[in-house]
Amino acid sequence: MEDMLFYDRLQFAFTITFHYIFPQLTMGLALIIVYLKGKYVFGKDKDEKYNTAAHFFMKIFAINFTMGVVTGIPMEFQFGTNWSEFSRLTGNVIGQTLAMEGMFSFFLESSFLVLFIFGEKLMSKKMHFLMAFLVFLGSWASGYLILATNAWMQNPVGYELLENGVFNLTSFSALVFQNPWTIPAFLHNQMASLVTSSFVVSSIGAFYVLRNKNVEYGKLFLKTGVVFGLISSFLVAMPTGDWNAKNVAKFQPATFAAMEGIFETEHDGAEIILIGQPNMLDKKLDNKIAVPNILSFLTYQDWDKQIRGMDQFKKEDLPDNIPALYYAYHIMVGLGTIFIAIMALAGFFLWKNKLHKVKSLLWTIMFLVPFPYIANITGWYTAELGRQPFLVYGLLRTKEGLSPTVSSGNTLFTLLGFVALYMLLGLLFLVLVGKTINEGPALQSSQSSH
Amino acid sequence: MEVFWFILVVIVLGVFFVLDGYDFGTGIIHLFFAKKEKDKEVIAKAAGLFWDSNEVWLVAGGGMIFMAFPLLYASAFSGFYLPLIMILWFIVFRAIGLEFRGQFKYQMWKDIWDKAFGVSSLLLALFFGVALGNVARGVNLGGVENGVSLYEKYYFFLPLWNSSFSPTQVDVGVIDWFTLTIGIISVVTLSIHGANWVILKTNSSINNKLKKVIFNLAIAQVVLTIFSLAIWHLINPTPFKNFIENPLFFIFPTLYFGSLFGLFFIRKYKNDMYSFILSSLMILGAITSTLASMFPVVLPSTNTINESLTIYNTASTNYGLSVAAYWGVVGFILLFIYLIVQKRLLGGKIDEMNYGH
Repeated sequence: MEDMLFYDRLQFAFTITFHYIFPQLTMGLALIIVYLKGKYVFGKDKDEKYNTAAHFFMKIFAINFTMGVVTGIPMEFQFGTNWSEFSRLTGNVIGQTLAMEGMFSFFLESSFLVLFIFGEKLMSKKMHFLMAFLVFLGSWASGYLILATNAWMQNPVGYELLENGVFNLTSFSALVFQNPWTIPAFLHNQMASLVTSSFVVSSIGAFYVLRNKNVEYGKLFLKTGVVFGLISSFLVAMPTGDWNAKNVAKFQPATFAAMEGIFETEHDGAEIILIGQPNMLDKKLDNKIAVPNILSFLTYQDWDKQIRGMDQFKKEDLPDNIPALYYAYHIMVGLGTIFIAIMALAGFFLWKNKLHKVKSLLWTIMFLVPFPYIANITGWYTAELGRQPFLVYGLLRTKEGLSPTVSSGNTLFTLLGFVALYMLLGLLFLVLVGKTINEGPALQSSQSSH
Repeated sequence: MEVFWFILVVIVLGVFFVLDGYDFGTGIIHLFFAKKEKDKEVIAKAAGLFWDSNEVWLVAGGGMIFMAFPLLYASAFSGFYLPLIMILWFIVFRAIGLEFRGQFKYQMWKDIWDKAFGVSSLLLALFFGVALGNVARGVNLGGVENGVSLYEKYYFFLPLWNSSFSPTQVDVGVIDWFTLTIGIISVVTLSIHGANWVILKTNSSINNKLKKVIFNLAIAQVVLTIFSLAIWHLINPTPFKNFIENPLFFIFPTLYFGSLFGLFFIRKYKNDMYSFILSSLMILGAITSTLASMFPVVLPSTNTINESLTIYNTASTNYGLSVAAYWGVVGFILLFIYLIVQKRLLGGKIDEMNYGH
């Protein structure tokens, strides 16, 4: 049983982590493409450069979207294959949002993507802009429905529990619109996605400038990426990150204690941990650096408000991997802080019109590109490890959601298969994206003109 | 409501098999008949441009089963664990093959990725057929051994095969001579379909040859169909019960046999679209006939202890199904509008147009 739980979770974690490399870029990039296309269609100078840039990024979008489709199908299947009890018990409720995602957003995204790429000559400029906008709408609607599904698992609403343990939907609008968890999580997630895309856009820009190739586009990408990056890296922390932390404190206090690393309840205000390693043997933090009372203030706007530590919860209700949760959360927060600093600095030089000359900063931006991905993924780890040991918070434990007939050996076998295939897929992805970036947007425009 | 959603799921999955079916078939044709590089390239493109938007139908179908028939989703997906995951692998592998092929200059590398595309397509066609065979034959629900259920009555786990390869035991495997027959029928059907797609979408040099291939495959299809009907009663003692009770159901086998018959005149049609439509209808006819003969059962039980899964004992409650019907109908109409617009835009022969990449 323990083995089954371990391998099923590992397989899901591996496949979802790999999958989420792609949507996190496409969601943010879609917005940036809408901006670029909008600048071309509605801007004062109607600069052709913006249109070429929009096409260039749509090409990168398309590669990522394809990868997202290919790795997304195993996600949907795994609910049934590895988590059949979970599917049986909750399909009544979250089947709604997942099916809507498949039916509406996915279609919206994939169809209008095709229309955008192949249809420019067939329609007016404004129609073509609309296509970009609908791709954006599809990808964000997709994100919303997935977040609404996850929000229901974090904070179940609009259901009744039948005698046989099945969750029965009683309110569609509660599930889709009214869950207090959904909107903050969605906005936080979308801003985080925009951080990733901004870094990708600006790092391609930095690459072109540093390599002294496509320099005009390099500057455009830098400008666009840094402006979006500055806005989004602020918004991802304040207010959206803050809202989410408050939701965790309110709906999942045990999780809150674990992710903040509070082992013991203090009578007056709680300190905020900056650095330290959870020591699960002695139930304390090693090498701790902390600032007193800040956590209470941030959470409740009250310096002396008491925050319950892990000592106040039963062991079986606390997340089962506290160090992993704690690190995931702190890596996310730490990286987020670095992003704000870098983007603010880049924004300053951009304002002074000197950014393209500050080589050291360009190098930094270029090599920083994996880190927003790490921040996004550790952010999701925080949400998912934090929900443990439950699948549906407080109601259905993770070990109760497994497929009872699928043995751990079978899951390990399929996990190994996924690892091998995804390595190949990752290689393909790098080749395709690398080639597109190398060719550059200029080639793009000469291609679309004949 | 259950029937409404069942019909919706069948249509969406049916369209998936018609659409991605031609990709599988194109892969099989590519594997066996494409020899010149120019043909290989254009035939790979005939699948490469469409496979990802076609797979979206699978995602929609899967999501709809999850929502409308969660117990079926839980039971079938966990029970068919190994074959389903392998289908996923082949789907990924096919994508790798198609997308990699254009990235290399040297023929040697192109050939490797062509084989990946072709072999995964062949195996996907085979596996989906085997899957349909499994659904028709049924499984050992509850994992009954010596008259005792090992699991809850709606769960099972299928090995890839059992020692005797026989579909008539209680303890069946995924692959036996019955499901393998259905799998081969599926390969033949989708090869016909894929060949039609290649003829329709390309000016490849083998188009005329493929018409002859389709003719020959149609003969094989008739033989295989008669054989499968002959062994059908071994699996299901009363295969025609539903049709006799409800003569309207005869529309599905009629569709199948009518379109199969029409394929014999392939060399007479002026418009290549006709025979593509015929093979599409043949696929829909095959799926709907099978399901109609079982209705309302969706997964029969091979033992006598646990009852078969039907659309009624696996469905969500009425509130969920009703509320979903509102967005379901809207979504359904949108799906078809998307499909028509996309096919319009990418209509015509592939080698006659410049898609820009």
